[in-house]
Order: sequence, then C-alpha cells, then structure tokens
Amino acid sequence: MSDDALTRLLHDTAERVLADHCDRQVLAAAEEGAWPEPLWRALEESGLTLALAPEAAGGAGLSVGDALGLVGAAARHAAPVPFGETVFATWLLLGAGMATAPGPMTVAPVMRGDRLVLERAGGGWRLTGTARRVPWARHAARVVLLAEAAEDGGRPMLVVVPRGTAGEVRHGANLAMEPRDDVRFDGTVLPAEAAVAPAGVGPAAMRAFGAALRIVQIAGALARALELCVAYAQQRVQFGRPIGRFQAVQQNLAALASEAAAAAAAAGLAAEAAGAGCDPLAIGAAKGRAAEAASTGAAIAHQVHGAIGFTWEYALNFSTRRLWSWRDEFGNEAEWYPQLGAAMAAAAAEDRLWSAISGIGMAASPSPQGSR
Amino acid sequence: MDALRFAPPPISAEAETLRQEVRAFLREELGTGPRPRDRSGTLGGFSPAFSRRLGARGWLGMTWPKRYGGHERSYLERYVVLEELLAAHAPINAHNVADRQSGPLLLRFGTEEQRQAVLPRIAAGECYFCIGMSEPDAGSDLAGVRTRAVPVPGGGWRVNGTKIWTSYAERCHYMILFCRTGERTEQDRHAGFTQFLVDMKTPGIRINPIRNIAGDRNFNEVVFEDVHLPDSAVIGTPGNAWRQLTSELALERSGPDRFLAAFKLFVTLARAVGRGEPSERAAMALGRHAANMVVLRRMSRSVAGMLQAGEDPVVQGAMVKDLGTTLEQGLPDVVRQLLAVEPDLDSDEEIASAIAEIILHAPSFSIRGGTREILRNGIARGLGLR
Ligand SMILES: Cc1cc2nc3c(=O)[nH]c(=O)nc-3n(C[C@H](O)[C@H](O)[C@H](O)COP(=O)(O)OP(=O)(O)OC[C@H]3O[C@@H](n4cnc5c(N)ncnc54)[C@H](O)[C@@H]3O)c2cc1C
Repeated sequence: MSDDALTRLLHDTAERVLADHCDRQVLAAAEEGAWPEPLWRALEESGLTLALAPEAAGGAGLSVGDALGLVGAAARHAAPVPFGETVFATWLLLGAGMATAPGPMTVAPVMRGDRLVLERAGGGWRLTGTARRVPWARHAARVVLLAEAAEDGGRPMLVVVPRGTAGEVRHGANLAMEPRDDVRFDGTVLPAEAAVAPAGVGPAAMRAFGAALRIVQIAGALARALELCVAYAQQRVQFGRPIGRFQAVQQNLAALASEAAAAAAAAGLAAEAAGAGCDPLAIGAAKGRAAEAASTGAAIAHQVHGAIGFTWEYALNFSTRRLWSWRDEFGNEAEWYPQLGAAMAAAAAEDRLWSAISGIGMAASPSPQGSR
Repeated sequence: MDALRFAPPPISAEAETLRQEVRAFLREELGTGPRPRDRSGTLGGFSPAFSRRLGARGWLGMTWPKRYGGHERSYLERYVVLEELLAAHAPINAHNVADRQSGPLLLRFGTEEQRQAVLPRIAAGECYFCIGMSEPDAGSDLAGVRTRAVPVPGGGWRVNGTKIWTSYAERCHYMILFCRTGERTEQDRHAGFTQFLVDMKTPGIRINPIRNIAGDRNFNEVVFEDVHLPDSAVIGTPGNAWRQLTSELALERSGPDRFLAAFKLFVTLARAVGRGEPSERAAMALGRHAANMVVLRRMSRSVAGMLQAGEDPVVQGAMVKDLGTTLEQGLPDVVRQLLAVEPDLDSDEEIASAIAEIILHAPSFSIRGGTREILRNGIARGLGLR
C-alpha cells in the first residue's frame, strides 16, 4: 500500500472509531474520572496508537506530520484519552532507540522550574523531583520525562517510568477536566534500561513537540466548533428565520471560519516542523497564532449559540473548554512570542527581517529523530 | 465545508532558487536598508523604468503561454516574485494590475487579436491597465453600474457614463471597462453587462484626479462622453461579463498584496526597537506580528498552489485578505504602544514618516478590492449560510 493510501485508511479508521466512541456520555463520564477503556481499546486495536512506530515494531510507520493529523482528528471529537501524548511518547522512545509498548503513555511537559534528578543507584537509577501538570498521568501506563543526570554534569536523560512507580500522583485538571497531574518522585528506583541519553532532543525540542500537539488539537477543536455553529445557525429560528440568515451572524461566522483556517494553517506548519527538527521559531509562531485563533474563535462560537451554548448539556463546551486550556499548554503567547520577536529584532538589525520571516517553516531540515 | 479547505502549500526548489535571483536583483535595484518615502504617492510607487526591467528579467506574465510573451512558469513562482517585490517595497504599481488581473482576463476571455496586441507588451513591462468597475452609485454592488455602451449603426459602440476611484487612470494605457449593454432580466440581475478593452487615448475620455486623505492624487474620476469603441474592443461575449468580472475579482483578491502593504512599517519598527536588545514587551509585539505573517504566508502560498492545480480558491482568497488587512490595520497601534512617535509624512525620522504613511492609507486596505463586509458575505456563502 502506498504511504498516501495508508494514511487515508488510518484517517478513515480514526474517524469511524472516534465517531463511535466519543458521544456525550463518554465525554461526560471521563470528566467525572472514568477511563474510557472501550475508546482506548478501539484506538489501540485499529493500530492508531502505534501510528508512528515502524512496521517492524507492529506500527504503521506514519510520518510525524501524518500522525499529528490523526491527533487533530481525535481533538475534533474531543476524545478524552491521551492519544496525542502517546504519539509524543512514541516519538521520543523511537528517537532514543527505546522499545515501544501498548498502553496509554504520556510525557512530562518540561515546565519551567521543574527539576528532576537522576542518580546512579546500584545497576540502575534513582529519580527525584516533581513533574508538574503531566497530562493524563493517573491513567498512563508509562510516563516519559526528561531528567538531569547528576553524575554527568546535569546532561538531559530520557526516562521511562512505568505505572505505579511514582511516589505520589496529585490530581489536577485543565478546564476540560482532562487530567493534569503533579507526579512526585522520592528516590524512585528504576532499572538501567529505563534511562538513555536522547539523540538531539533536549528540553526545547520537547516543549516544541508538545506545543505542536496542542496546535493540531486546537485546529481540530476549532473545526468542530465551526461545524456546530453552522449547523446551529441554520436550525435555530428567531424573528421568523434561521439566525444564520442574519447578516450580523454571518459576518461573525465568516470571521470564525477565517480563524479556523488560520489555526489549520498553523497546524500544518507545526506538523511539518515537528517532523523536521522542531524549529522553535516555526512552532512558536504556530502556537501563538493558533492560541489567538482559539481565543477569538471560541468567543464567536459562544456568541452565536446564545444561552444554549452556555449549558453543560449542549456539546459546544467540550470543544471550547479544550480550546481555552490547550491555548496555554506547552506555552502560550507570553512564552513563544518574545522568543520569536527577539529573533526578528536581531534579523532587522542586520537588514534581513524579510528573509527571516519568509524562512520560517520553509527549511525542511532532517529530523534528529530520523523519521521521514 | 470543502469550499473552505486550504491545500498544503507546494514545495518547489525552483521557486526558492528564483527567490534568491529576485533578491539579488532587488538589492541591485533598490539597495538594502531604509529608503526615503516614494513621493509619487501610494504605497509602493509607480515606475515604468522598474517595470520594464522586471519584464526584461522575465518576471511579468510569468504563467502565460510563451506565444503571448509569457514564460510558462508556475503560479508558485509568480507568487515568490510578487512577495519578494512587495516585501522590498518595490515600485510595482505601474504593471501590477495588468500582470495580476487584466492580462489573465484577456488570456481567458479576450480575442486572439487583443491577446496579440497587448499581452506581450504587458509581459515586457510596457503596458499598464486600470480597473473600470466602480461608479458613483455602484461600489460593492456592481450590478448597479450605469455606464452604458450602445451599438452604433455601421459598427462599434458608443459609451457614456462615469467611473470612479480608478487608480492611475491617467498613467495607464488601457482600461478594462465594465458596463451595461443590455437590460437585466427577471431571473438574472447580472445579465446585460459587457467588458471592453478601452484605449485610454480614445477621444471623449476625461480624467479628473481625486485627492485622497494622504494627499496623493492617484485615483480618479473617469468620464466617458460619447466615446466610440470599435467592435474589436469587446472582451468575451456581449452581455456575459458578470462571469468574467467574478473571475477577475478573484484574481484581484487572492494575492499576497493583501498582507504585505504595511510591511515597511514593521521593518522600521523592528529596527527601531531592536537597537540594543528589545524589551520583553517589544519582543512580544514583534513576535505576534511575525507569527501572524508566517501563518498568512502559508495560507497565501496554499492559494497559489490551488491556482496552479486549477482550483478556484475564491473563499480562501477572501479569508487571506480579511485576516491580512485586519493584521496590517492594527500595526500602527502596535507601534504607538511601543514607541513615543508623532506621525509626520515628511519627517526625517524614519519611523515617524513610515507610521504616518500607514495610518493614512490603512482605511483603504479593507475597502479596495472588496470591502471586509463583502468578503465576509462571500465566506458566509462558502459556509452555506447565504
Ligand atoms: C484606494 C482605492 C483605490 C481604488 N481603486 C479602484 C480602481 O482602480 N478601480 C475601481 O473600479 N475601483 C477602485 N476602488 C473602489 C473600490 O473597489 C470600492 O471602494 C469598493 O468596492 C467599495 O465600494 P464603495 O466605496 O462604493 O462603498 P459601498 O459599496 O458604498 O460601501 C460602503 C459601506 O457599506 C458596506 N456595505 C455595502 N454593501 C454591503 C452589504 N451587502 N453587506 C454589508 N455591508 C455592505 C461596505 O462594506 C462599506 O462598509 C478603489 C478604492 C480605493 C479606496
């Protein structure tokens, strides 16, 4: 099967699985703490969770960009599982030459101020420190994180921690009640093979890849919000006609559509960059722009829906609460824009601002992960 | 909602090679670093000499067949040349309309004679066009156009009426005139229009310059008084011009012109705040603008790719224009919140004259080439709401 055909097939499969398993009850139950095992099992059994893994390892061998496309599809359905995080963890494990395995995985988001220290202990390691706001940690079979090797000048090591090994998991959540847990390690003992020096992936690349996940998710959720809006505007009647016939409503929805398109473009940019070295300027530009689209778009979506959109019962909030969370996770405008801006100022000082802007997202440098 | 899909932008090594050639050419032509404001008015400037040199390089009529002086290159390559010209603030206003929309219109709907007569000269950078659509009583609603051409016994047409806001009418060789030749019908309010290729030297055409708020006089009222046009001036089928107009407007709206009009101000800002280290606040603002541009560029390159693939990305073009003009109209306020500057067109201080120019031109960004509201109506139509 050609790569394209395979990607399309997986995409169709994903749409089917997600449509079957992400109904309102599943979403609501997940927010109450239930783990949607049937959804996860369906994703796993159809090979979606291993999309990135090479065929030899039982995966589909998709490119990073195509795998992120699947993550966007899951976000459109607000799938309450760490599907994107599992893709992220798989990417890290493959890049570091570590084995992949089934089960939900997650990645600690390298929050500023988090310090995880790895010391040698006997034949293995001892891990100390707290990883904050780890997505879905309580449900993850394995947490992948970056820690400093104490005996090795603090050089970053990629560490895989299996479930049940962490000292304490303190529950937290984002606005969509997706788990964002603090995970504390008090000298947790790990076997030697649990940690390796990652090839070319440091804190910056981790943060950027995580941002790329949230960008494609924002694009997915915004596409969903737009669909809900258009359907609602055609069906809701006031003053004797569907509200979608009022020009004020049309103009707002046109603006929402443009924001959704901008988010989709940002997602394309991020997906390409994530597959080619995680350029922080490209991903940072995309994260900031997608976050802006999330803000503007969610506001319009609620305005168009009136009070019904403000209810728990109606589906819109499952998308908008995610938008309001994802726009900040793995860095919001305050984190990414100044980095980009400083690079632009430096370029302008050398009279090459345009070449700097037009170069962003154009250099397909080979990935340190060696993925295609 | 497939009408709203943006295809992934194509990647082309030739286009990137071409980009370097264009940059080298522009460095030679324009130098690097700040340049004084172009006194000819309007953003960008009007320079027949520059247009001819571009033509000589083969960068006009790029996508047209060679037999009409074109170069049979891709839309993406044309896009690259255009965005480099815009980013360098090159004086493209002489040839831009002809290259962007009038030439392609003639290529698609014109007679062989019209194509032979005009296209090679456009591609050489020698022949300039103005747009004869708007009238005093017909702006957004072009179906209200009243200028009328009537057939003359013995051949040809007689035109009477007034066009307005016609950019560079006095410096252009031809106008594509959109006017009435028949009546609208019950079923079709868009019936009865015809486009003509009008030689601006034809007797009976009077051009009255109109001064704009920036003090420039480059748009005009164009009055037609018993102007006689030959039958050979008709473009396409008489009575059928509405369809032609729609495709011309799509060309007018889809380019990168719509988010690179104020780029010079951004460059000036970045240079001004970047001396030394930019503050966190300044870096944030620069980053925000750059991020928006990066994403708009991607959308715009996608439109170029869709044109190349023979698609008709009308709604996508409207989205790029709406987002791009909104971004650029916000730029003066970004500058004002970072720098203490008083706008002055004639100031020696670069930032003061650059911001003055954009403040005064910005209102037109979301009016010309289709107002923001009209674009959004079109997007809403794409959403199935109209
Ligand atoms: C700098 C400049 C250069 C130009 N150059 C040319 C040129 O070379 N050739 C040419 O033919 N024209 C040219 N134009 C004219 C331009 O195309 C028109 O200004 C434009 O189409 C709008 O028409 P109008 O100005 O008559 O405004 P109107 O159509 O009168 O609109 C006024 C306001 O009403 C709103 N409005 C109108 N209809 C609707 C609707 N259905 N729904 C919601 N809102 C609506 C508009 O959005 C706008 O806000 C130029 C204009 C400018 C500013």
